[in-house]
Amino acid sequence: MVALALADVGASYGRTTVLSNVSIDDLKGGSVTAIIGPNAAGKSTLFKRIAALVKGPGLVKLSDTDRGSRTICYMPQDTGANAVLTVYESILLSAKQGGGWRVADDELNGIDEILRALRIENLAFRGLGELSGGQRQLVSLAQALVRRPEVLLMDEPTSALDLHRQIEVLSFIADLARRNGMIVLIALHDLNHALRYCENTIVIANGAMAASGPTSDVITDAMLRDIYKINARIENCSQGTPMVIVDGAI
Amino acid sequence: MASFSQVQAEVTGREQYRALAFRRILILVGLTAALCFSISADMALGPANYALSDVLSALFDPAAAANQLRVIIWDIRMPIALMAVTVGASLSVAGAQMQTILSNPLASPFTLGISAAASFGAALALVGGVAIFPGAIEYMVPLNAFLMAMAAALFIHFASTMRGVSVETIVLLGIALVFTFNAALSLLEYLASEQALAAVVFWTMGSLTKATWVKVYFTAAVLVVTVPLFMRQAWALTALRLGDDKAASLGINVRRLRLQTMMIVSLLAAIPVSFVGTIGFVGLVGPHIARMVVGEDQRFFLPGSVICGALLLSVTSVVSKILIPGAILPIGVITALVGVPFFFVLIFSNRRRSW
Repeated sequence: MVALALADVGASYGRTTVLSNVSIDDLKGGSVTAIIGPNAAGKSTLFKRIAALVKGPGLVKLSDTDRGSRTICYMPQDTGANAVLTVYESILLSAKQGGGWRVADDELNGIDEILRALRIENLAFRGLGELSGGQRQLVSLAQALVRRPEVLLMDEPTSALDLHRQIEVLSFIADLARRNGMIVLIALHDLNHALRYCENTIVIANGAMAASGPTSDVITDAMLRDIYKINARIENCSQGTPMVIVDGAI
Repeated sequence: MASFSQVQAEVTGREQYRALAFRRILILVGLTAALCFSISADMALGPANYALSDVLSALFDPAAAANQLRVIIWDIRMPIALMAVTVGASLSVAGAQMQTILSNPLASPFTLGISAAASFGAALALVGGVAIFPGAIEYMVPLNAFLMAMAAALFIHFASTMRGVSVETIVLLGIALVFTFNAALSLLEYLASEQALAAVVFWTMGSLTKATWVKVYFTAAVLVVTVPLFMRQAWALTALRLGDDKAASLGINVRRLRLQTMMIVSLLAAIPVSFVGTIGFVGLVGPHIARMVVGEDQRFFLPGSVICGALLLSVTSVVSKILIPGAILPIGVITALVGVPFFFVLIFSNRRRSW
């Protein structure tokens, strides 16, 4: 099963260092890890660095994989494409990168399967430009999943979805990670989602790693005060699920 | 076990895609047939009135045709008709890939200053007798135009390699080039003699009447070499339209692909402009028409742009001959007059599938 580790990873744009000294011990296949932190903390940059889209110091170590560049798939935050393509074509495009012109039935069946799993078959032949923000996020997820990655980096994948869809997508991803032995890292702003779906959490603040570990150990009153500048409590709801209760900004 | 509705959905998605791809191939075949018809019409029409049967016999059995007819068909009309095709196709492909890599619907050889630079180069030769490349005085006008067009394209190309330069900046740089070269051209026109001024004005209007077989072979050769290069990158070029981050996340070296494409596009745009003058509309609208009828999957979009550009200029060539019987109007002027109404109809009837 695939494993991912980061050793003193950093990133810079030109001469400006935007991320430094991020180290994570082995993340195993099947795990879902939340990346949290304030806006512009460096979460997206961390994803880009792991996906080798930006350069920087340190080492991204992948072990027990033999799938080369297709191992890691980054699902960017910005999904505002205005290409004159149908949803189906855009997913096919993602699947066919580096491949030949011919499109096999199996490849199309794979797309149908993903559309069905995400319950967006009805969007298949709509134009990308006709979609709402939430629909675009689901299509973007389909574009990532069709590549069958071993490491999936999702940058705020549910920010434009309604609550029902957020729960549905995150449950699906957590389940998929477990079933396929995939490592999933998700940048999230909703800390309750992190508490509910992610075994581990990494906090990024001011371009550096502020904390990491099991989610229940990382998301604490003290962390929320120091990093997010809010007074908040973590309390179990009647179902026993821990939740963030916000009292107010400091 | 999959339920009936699941199986039905699976079949429907795959089959709908197959049907969509087949429909697009049919559209390309239909456009090709229209292009063949337009080329035939272009060769049949001209100031010398010949019956269609005479034209066809001169085409298929030149040895049996009268000398005058053979010369008119083979040495005058056919180079013009085929030049319209190769120039239209080149400018349209150049525009299509400029729009793709810059993700901007306004990008074309005309709007990025390449045509304006060529006009200025030609005017330098026509007004001042200045040869940028002194070796070949005979070809001073097209050579000047080509060298200036390449200089403008390379300027855009190298500007796009600079760190922190966005695609929006490149389009702005192109528009600045248009204004700069137009101002320089106006200055040359102001200083020109009456005869030179007429020559410059005629050149900037664009004309196919100076078409020769050598020019046809040259533009066709550039197309034959460059289009397959783009075709090999069809998936990657299409992915660029999903945004840089998405394309990069799919394993594409966005920067390298953009630079390679810009280099090839520079050649495609500069050569036709240096031969036929400024024909602005095809490079902008040809790709938009292709986009509306076959979408932006480059496996269909690229051949679509080739055919739409060729068809647009070929039809324009026909119209330029029949608008005033006995006279051939400058094609650069007619292109917009023919293309704009057609383009409007397409946009208003198909708004969802335009940019």
